Amino acid sequence: MAQEIKADVKLNLEGLLCPIPVVKVSQAMKNLPLGGILEATATDPGVLTDIPAWARSSGNELLSIERKDRVIIFTIKKTR
Amino acid sequence: MENKDGVTIVVFSGDMDKVMAAFNIAVGAAAAGKETTMFFTFWGIKAIQKGNLTGRSFFGRMMGLLNRGGINRIGPSRFNFGGIGRWMFKQMMKMHNVTSLEELRKIAIDMGVKLVPCQMSMEVMEIGREDLIDEVAEPAGVATMLEAASRSAATLFI
Repeated sequence: MAQEIKADVKLNLEGLLCPIPVVKVSQAMKNLPLGGILEATATDPGVLTDIPAWARSSGNELLSIERKDRVIIFTIKKTR
Repeated sequence: MENKDGVTIVVFSGDMDKVMAAFNIAVGAAAAGKETTMFFTFWGIKAIQKGNLTGRSFFGRMMGLLNRGGINRIGPSRFNFGGIGRWMFKQMMKMHNVTSLEELRKIAIDMGVKLVPCQMSMEVMEIGREDLIDEVAEPAGVATMLEAASRSAATLFI
């Protein structure tokens, strides 16, 4: 988990609730090239289950997701 | 049929809470890259009306007055209390930073969710194409809805 993942784009989703985090992630992913990595921070606890589900159903790879106090940080690699 | 990965939602209810759930699901599906279609029928038409008064006949006008459409005018299925509930819900949504229904609808449109009005409901309630928001697709019937459903992995009736 602690290994460095270099993000191509960073997104701040703090304070946003369902379904906006998923919407913003999908929009940001559209502008990434294949293999590109997105890193985002969020505060909605629903993100912990929603982002992995979104990655599975959209065909992208969730590289990491972790919670640090109230902030959740995750990285996704564009694979489709 | 080519792919069976879409999501089809029949919006029958004109209640704010149920319409919100419908748009929420539609936006989530579109975000996952699924072809998403929403059919608005009966009370659900209210969610895609501009909000002006409608109707030609006496009954039609009465319906347009007592059942006036527009996404900001619809109230929750419970605790509406003649509009106080709607106001309260809106305040609470704002307080918790939840996206408003109108904004959610705009996001759905921007993401390519297809909004299809039910022709029959429009006829019965005397609601014209000009009474609906510009972004809706051509009014259609059950065959169109079923065709979309046959291309979908999930079909919901709300």
